[in-house]
Amino acid sequence: MPELSDVHNEFIRAEIEEFILDENEQRHIVQMYAKISPQMQDIAATIIDGDNHLSDELTKKALDGGVEAIQIMDNGLIAGMAIVGIKFRENFIFVPEVLACARAMKAGMAHIEPILSAAGIEPIGKVIMGTVKGDLHDIGKNLCIMMLRGAGFEVIDLSVDVSPEMFIEAFEQNSATVIGMSALLTTTMPNMGVTIEAFIDEGLRDDVRFMVGGAPVTPEFAEDMGADAYGANAVECVEVAKRLAGETQTATA
Amino acid sequence: MNTFLEQLNSGRVLISDGATGTYLQSHGLEPGGCPELMNADAPAVVRQMATDYFAAGADMVETNSFGGSRYMLAKYGQGERVEELNRLSAQNARSATPDGKFVIGSIGPTGEFLEPNGTATEQEMLDVFCEQARGLADGGVDCFCIETMSDMMEMSLAIRACKKTTGLPVFASLTFDQGPRGFFTMFGITPVGAVEQMSKAGADVVGSNCGITIAQMIDIIAAMRQATDKPIITHVNAGIPKIINGRIVYPDTPDYMANLYPKLVEAGAGIVGGCCGTTPEHIRAIANVLNNGN
Repeated sequence: MPELSDVHNEFIRAEIEEFILDENEQRHIVQMYAKISPQMQDIAATIIDGDNHLSDELTKKALDGGVEAIQIMDNGLIAGMAIVGIKFRENFIFVPEVLACARAMKAGMAHIEPILSAAGIEPIGKVIMGTVKGDLHDIGKNLCIMMLRGAGFEVIDLSVDVSPEMFIEAFEQNSATVIGMSALLTTTMPNMGVTIEAFIDEGLRDDVRFMVGGAPVTPEFAEDMGADAYGANAVECVEVAKRLAGETQTATA
Repeated sequence: MNTFLEQLNSGRVLISDGATGTYLQSHGLEPGGCPELMNADAPAVVRQMATDYFAAGADMVETNSFGGSRYMLAKYGQGERVEELNRLSAQNARSATPDGKFVIGSIGPTGEFLEPNGTATEQEMLDVFCEQARGLADGGVDCFCIETMSDMMEMSLAIRACKKTTGLPVFASLTFDQGPRGFFTMFGITPVGAVEQMSKAGADVVGSNCGITIAQMIDIIAAMRQATDKPIITHVNAGIPKIINGRIVYPDTPDYMANLYPKLVEAGAGIVGGCCGTTPEHIRAIANVLNNGN
């Protein structure tokens, strides 16, 4: 069983010790990092530290040195985000810090994405995002989009005041399997359910997974309106999107 | 000295109003519609709202200008009407305000993030708050209430803008969430940290509103009280919205909330009112409980 001392990078060791307090979770993270090369750990550290310049530099250097793009993405960038997500969930960091981490992730992904797409490797998922009809608030949705893109999702952003018809049109034009809906107002939140109904009416409901979020939205509301998942914040949004994208891939396989 | 601050310092607990959005929604505001437009298009409704809250026992009402910044109004294509709509919001409230009662200019979040998290520069945001504060001051507000903020930088700019524009008293109120390690704003500010920073930025009154239940708010106010001698203001939601018989409702009744308000006062609040989901009935119940206790 790998120990914390088997994690090469000193900064990451300190982060794990200070912020990942749940024993099982710490064991899981240590196991993951013990298998990651020192060079990839250095990249992960730039993500955790929210250093977009260093993330950019080290990612490029690793690619130039012959490391495969997908290795860098999984063992560097995404591994770093795993610790960021836990720190956010546990209130050790907040939205501004997570956004800095997302910018570091984006700086690295900017080198990785073109290589993956040239090699015909699909993004981990495609998500359509929008604030529902009647609602013009977009901060929460935009945070989710930044985090989704940072995590390697392709995101189609329909912006605000998105009608059920616009969601359906975007769904039919793109091969996305996950739709994320946001609302800030209790008065517009019911339009999430209205949108899901519209997909049922069009016979499209089985082909798509809906995730919902926003200040007034609760897991109870999500279930009541027939959504597949609820995310309390932008970090959860990524976890939920991964799970839902996985479900649809299994379903279509 | 400003007569509002005199009243506040007299030691009497002052009662603020209840929700604006909830009231307007039940009086013609379409789902997702622009509440501030009603200052021009349905002034009678906005005035009646103030009348209803004063009749319920409020010592002050907030203006219908929470989303009255240029950034927010621009989303509705009304970005050029900032001064007008804010001025009207204050005039509408003022016209329904009895002598000795007060009009509070409401300023909510811009919906934008400052650089590097977003695209707004500090100067831009400061200008936006100055413009809104000017409109409210022209309409005759007695004070400002900057509320539902989570970013201290944005809050500080708003406080600065109000002070720079008018010199009227400024209330500063943040919104907290409860997480695994306690109460924090989305930007990671604690109640104690908030009090220190808001005071430093020049707020005359500090506090918290929205987001959580009254039981949680009592804890937040108590924490703030430990950290400051300044008056504390709070506007509390009528609970967390639920689905009851297929309708979305804020569950906390006037009586349920009113019975907890003495605890809010005991914890240290000097100005108390309601936020999302509260109505004139809530304010009436709260005023009854607090005035009978005085």
